[in-house]
Amino acid sequence: MGKSASFQLSSKAPGLGKRKAKHYAKGRQPKADAVADVKALLRNQLTGRDQLIEHLHLLQDHFGALTHDHLVALAQEMKLGLAEVYEVATFYHNFNVVGNLTDVPEMTIKVCDSLTCELTGSKALRSELHQIYGDKIKVTHGACMGRCDKAPVVRLKNQYVETATTTKIKDALAEEGTPQDPPQPTVSYSDYCTSGGFNVLKDLQASALTAEEIIEQLKTSGHRGLGGAGFPHGAKLESVLSVPGPRYMAVNADESEPGTFKDRHYMNTNPYQFLEGMLIGAEIVKAEAIYIFLRDEYPDTARILSKAIETVQGEGLNKECPIFLRRGAGAYICGEESAMLESLEGKRALPRHKPPFPAHVGLFGRPTLINNVETLYWLPEIIAKGENWYQQGGRHGSNGFRTFSLSGHVNKPGVYLTPAGITAQELIDEFGGGMKDGHSFKGYLPGGASGGILPASMADIPLDFGKLEHHGCFVGSAAVIVLSDKDDLKSVGRNLMRFFEDESCGQCTPCRAGTEKALALMQQENWDQDLLIELSDCMRDASICGLGQAAPNGLLSLIKFFPEDLA
Amino acid sequence: MTDIVTFSLDGKSVTARSDQSIWDVAKEKGTLIPHLCHADKPGYEADGNCRACMVEIEGERVLAASCVRKPSEGMIVSTKSNRASNARKMVIELLNADQPKEGSAYTNGSHFLKMADLTNTHGSRFSPRTTPEADISHPAMTVNLDACINCNLCVRACRDVQVNDVIGMANRGAHSKIVFDFDDPMGSSTCVACGECVQACPTGALLEKTMLDSPGTEKEIDSVCPFCGVGCQLTYKVRDEKIVAVEGRNGPANEGRLCVKGRFGFDYIHNPERLTKPLVRKEGVAKSDVSTLDPANPFTHFREASWEEALDIAANGLKKIRDEKNGDALAGFGSAKGSNEEAYLFQKLIRTGFGTNNVDHCTRLCHASSVAALLETVGSGAVSAPFNEAANSDVILVIGANPAVNHPVAATFFKNAVKRGAKLIVIDPRGQPLSKLATHELREKPGSDVALLNSIMHVIVEEDLTDEDYISRHTDDFVTLADHLKDYDPIRMEERTGIAAEEVRTVARLFATAKSAIIFWGMGISQHVHGTDNSRCLISLALMTGQIGRPGTGLHPLRGQNNVQGASDVALIPMFLPDYQSVEDPAIRGKFETFWGTKIPEKSGLTVVEITEAIHKKEITGMYIMGENPAMSDPNVTHAREALSMLDTLVVQDLFITETAAYADVVLPASAWPEKDGTVTNTNRQVQMGRAAVPLPGDARQDLWIIQEIAKRMGLNWNYTHPKEVFNELTQIMNSIKGLSWDRVEKEDAVIYPCKSAEDPGQAIIFTDIFPTASGRGKFVPASLISPDETPDKDYPVILTTGRLLEHWHTGSMTRRSHVLDAVEPEPTVQMPPSMFEELGINAGDKVAISSRRGHLKIKTRMDSAVQSGMVFIPFCFTEAAANLLTNDALDPFGKIAEVKFCAVKVEKLA
Repeated sequence: MGKSASFQLSSKAPGLGKRKAKHYAKGRQPKADAVADVKALLRNQLTGRDQLIEHLHLLQDHFGALTHDHLVALAQEMKLGLAEVYEVATFYHNFNVVGNLTDVPEMTIKVCDSLTCELTGSKALRSELHQIYGDKIKVTHGACMGRCDKAPVVRLKNQYVETATTTKIKDALAEEGTPQDPPQPTVSYSDYCTSGGFNVLKDLQASALTAEEIIEQLKTSGHRGLGGAGFPHGAKLESVLSVPGPRYMAVNADESEPGTFKDRHYMNTNPYQFLEGMLIGAEIVKAEAIYIFLRDEYPDTARILSKAIETVQGEGLNKECPIFLRRGAGAYICGEESAMLESLEGKRALPRHKPPFPAHVGLFGRPTLINNVETLYWLPEIIAKGENWYQQGGRHGSNGFRTFSLSGHVNKPGVYLTPAGITAQELIDEFGGGMKDGHSFKGYLPGGASGGILPASMADIPLDFGKLEHHGCFVGSAAVIVLSDKDDLKSVGRNLMRFFEDESCGQCTPCRAGTEKALALMQQENWDQDLLIELSDCMRDASICGLGQAAPNGLLSLIKFFPEDLA
Repeated sequence: MTDIVTFSLDGKSVTARSDQSIWDVAKEKGTLIPHLCHADKPGYEADGNCRACMVEIEGERVLAASCVRKPSEGMIVSTKSNRASNARKMVIELLNADQPKEGSAYTNGSHFLKMADLTNTHGSRFSPRTTPEADISHPAMTVNLDACINCNLCVRACRDVQVNDVIGMANRGAHSKIVFDFDDPMGSSTCVACGECVQACPTGALLEKTMLDSPGTEKEIDSVCPFCGVGCQLTYKVRDEKIVAVEGRNGPANEGRLCVKGRFGFDYIHNPERLTKPLVRKEGVAKSDVSTLDPANPFTHFREASWEEALDIAANGLKKIRDEKNGDALAGFGSAKGSNEEAYLFQKLIRTGFGTNNVDHCTRLCHASSVAALLETVGSGAVSAPFNEAANSDVILVIGANPAVNHPVAATFFKNAVKRGAKLIVIDPRGQPLSKLATHELREKPGSDVALLNSIMHVIVEEDLTDEDYISRHTDDFVTLADHLKDYDPIRMEERTGIAAEEVRTVARLFATAKSAIIFWGMGISQHVHGTDNSRCLISLALMTGQIGRPGTGLHPLRGQNNVQGASDVALIPMFLPDYQSVEDPAIRGKFETFWGTKIPEKSGLTVVEITEAIHKKEITGMYIMGENPAMSDPNVTHAREALSMLDTLVVQDLFITETAAYADVVLPASAWPEKDGTVTNTNRQVQMGRAAVPLPGDARQDLWIIQEIAKRMGLNWNYTHPKEVFNELTQIMNSIKGLSWDRVEKEDAVIYPCKSAEDPGQAIIFTDIFPTASGRGKFVPASLISPDETPDKDYPVILTTGRLLEHWHTGSMTRRSHVLDAVEPEPTVQMPPSMFEELGINAGDKVAISSRRGHLKIKTRMDSAVQSGMVFIPFCFTEAAANLLTNDALDPFGKIAEVKFCAVKVEKLA
């Protein structure tokens, strides 16, 4: 050792010397193989923060679940924080986040537990399936699958078993994985064109028809948004136009209100009419891009739509405006328009505070035209046939047409186009084929899980916007679920509250804690009705969005209209 | 433009600015509406999620959250309606149901409980949810989610304010839950422990471990953080004369934010190794014998002495050298960790008492080259704009700096700017936390800055993106530079820099065409033999594009130590008198000689590394070192340590037996920052007030007193009784801070300079009109390619670069004695790229041997893909494997700064 060698040494180090340094930088680090997986999958994909949910779908579709390693790699590739990726992945119920792929069951059976399915025995089916398959197959619940006319419904990956029985499920499991023919819409592109389809759009694009004229016609026709809120269609277009562009259009195809399956019906049967309506809307507001937010529960619709969009784009009908078909991931809250926007931006679907309204500050902060599928579906037809044609539909003082999703204890559940203002009794009798044998009409939910419950004695009220509100109910998305004397109304109430508890985004206290505490109180044999009413007041008054505000509607209806059933 | 609206609040007509919420207006009018998720602090936007602040607005179907709702003209708002107050009470009752029992260890005195009191809501009629498990995995903080009310403040603290993105809200609905990364224990997550979440948490769900079971604090003292040049204002919380917690205060630099060091690093002052008695070297103990010295028990080498004896020995040793040789046989290292007053008195002592200009401090190892370039080109060594100007920048260039580690709170403002929409360009050989946010990240080859910056400027000139008007009005010598840049086509530089020419062009265009662009740089620029050249390039880049002197633009060398700006300003450097006035200028010297009443040596003194050389040459034989640790911080530290051992008299004034104190003849126990009053100047040129919070331990003394006692013994008749007298002396001779006074800084907590008068608020952005040069114009100085002094070769094929860790400051003498900081980074590691592990056939955590031509060490490995292949990084704070054993002491010719960012080493697997 040289002369200076001893100066290599120093006095004893400070520090306790009790701990050991980490072998890697802080926290989870990306692993090379997972990064390679993610890079391979994301090749040719769009980039940007808003693609997060799409990328999660890609990973889950490919690997069957989202592993921690893949999520770390995805966060790195997307330059996002780990927590940002994790919170989105765990927010949406259809994503399955696991430690390792070995933790993923080979098959998961989801039994729909929405009210209609529960009324038709889904609870019993689920426990039977548990007994049959034990640990081999994961049996769990799923939210409304939009096939309530064929309840109970069960989902196996992308396959649905309708009017499910254990036998049918056994057969379906055996067939799982065999390729299925692509679903075809009832009305093809050429069918639609032959019957005059796309003429309104072409006229508008050729300036044979002006945006002002269309808006005027819509206003005269009285056409309203059919997603639930019933906002006048023409006024919405005007509101979006009142803010300078650039603007976007977003289509709400997240039909998740339990008991609702009408949008699915229109998209599956006549997607081109819906797309024409959409393109007209986009043309009117000069949208830079169109985003269609389609719920994940409709894989068949996704295939139909994506083919139809391809056709429409191939024909140049969209001009330069790109159409993005985005896939939800299992969250009822995305039906709330501002939550849907958040989801389209790749985030958790937390509703925004209003004002500002999305028409003015919407997707990516820009003015955004948001319409429901059915609203758009009617647009070209109203313009083609004239506002008077539309106005003349309707009875009991209402104008226009409504599409009802009818389910529950009726003989013929299904989607029905009816005059606006039809009553529940008329709907059941004229369209639903009356009550099922052995069931007598006890009451009904006029607007899915959130629209409250009315007794059979009040089945003569026109089911339209503004007609039910003073009874604490609303028609919403026109999902009528019919209850009978065989139903336990406390169970019905619990089912509804459990749904809201499950679907609450958790952002605000009255909804997050309110649904949870209300459900706990309702699980008791005797309900503390005073406390439940007090709690409901707070939920209605102080929740950020319609979910929390409407969550106690069913409960309050039961207390008000069915006191003897709660005794 | 702010519109004013008039509306009715609880029956009274009130007015509001358009940026005010109903909640803000109510508060202004004296009504505190209950609030949980609304922090009412800078950086935290109202979120409106808790619904504890609901008010009723006439005509609206539902209630509104007053924290997010803006009043509109004619609105009628009631905060007191039954509907509103019932909703607020119900919200609290819902949350109460899930809270731990009142009086629990962590919720004591929480904001939530205060709000429950405000609404008079106690207990709950609802049943609780299942209690989540506590997470105590982090050494500094506890997580008790049973107290969590999902207000999201910690998520906003982590994501929006500090932009660390560790905390998220996972799952949904009643199952939603605060998580760290993937619901990992906090202690094994990517958490950097800035503690912003703890400061934001209204319930105690996130809490400092020191506050657990706390019976409260006795007093709170406002001060400023000593851990880096950012200068965060803070409040010490003191109990039993100990600092038990620290909270960020709304200072101009930090706006309430802190980092792990400022939040959790203060217990070093209570460490049992703290020196409380003067020590004198025992007879017969050789200075080279340091390896058996334990700072916890120094009595093997030292004995205790009275202050009188220790000071006499110290002063007599120094005086003897001065009197027998001359003043130039002495030297002093002051510290950038002390106050302005201490730094000023220290250099005054060396100059007037020792009779030499051999006085320097760690600025030499820090930004000396940047300062040299700045003085040469724009006439001032300080930053042209505060780092907070990033808020107004369209483009932010961070080069040779890792602010998320070294200036963590400054980095948060850069990250905020990116979130706002600014473009971030990061240029550094090593990846860093900011990489994730960068629009362009250029991981250049180490030491290729001049090539890269010249090629960026080449593109700007070639594509006519210069600001011709600015160049003609404000600068000289552009033509020479433009001509020089012709040789730096980015395609030709590609091989050297490793950056694709197209990327260089994109970055050049982005910077040049930005409405406002600002440059931040650190040691990656300065600590090279071409450090001055690197800075010259950055200055030229800003000048040719006119990106200086306006909001959102400028040149900002991020100063490292808490008072390196101030210490330099007050002349703790060998060539300048206060305010960077040349000591070799007779007129200036004459002015100071009159003011100080003593002679000042005519020639500039020696710098840090030159002093080491002079000791080896026996030209310097005595030193007084206050708060510096050259035995760790100097390049080629074996050589520096040997020099320390050769001194006839070495007096060290410090808190602990540092690696430097191990070589001392006398060790004087000094005051820690929270034990003294004094001003410090941060990287933004903000002079801030530090205040004593706790008493000195044992017989430790104020540094100012110690300096004076040495001065008296050296024959100076000093009698400063309080730092304010020193500060007021400074303001008399320094034009830059002429408008400041101790009382003003005491009152305002921070004043930015230049500041001309007591009324002047101080100038944040300088060079708005002219440069403080003789011509009033800035000067372009071309820089040519110079290779690093020691490049890799067959024997030493790997590049070593050095720097800091987030948790440890400087040589670790303070931070390694902090419980939390030590727990997070307890021992030395070398950060190596994954490829090197494969090449060596070792696993992460295995030890390797690393050697250079100057030294060798054994060290544990840490795998880190941020380090590029062919390169390793060692933090220089660990004495067990001191990085500076390996580094090169070759100097930049202008700044006299050593090239500690680049040397050649060999990495070997240990048998």
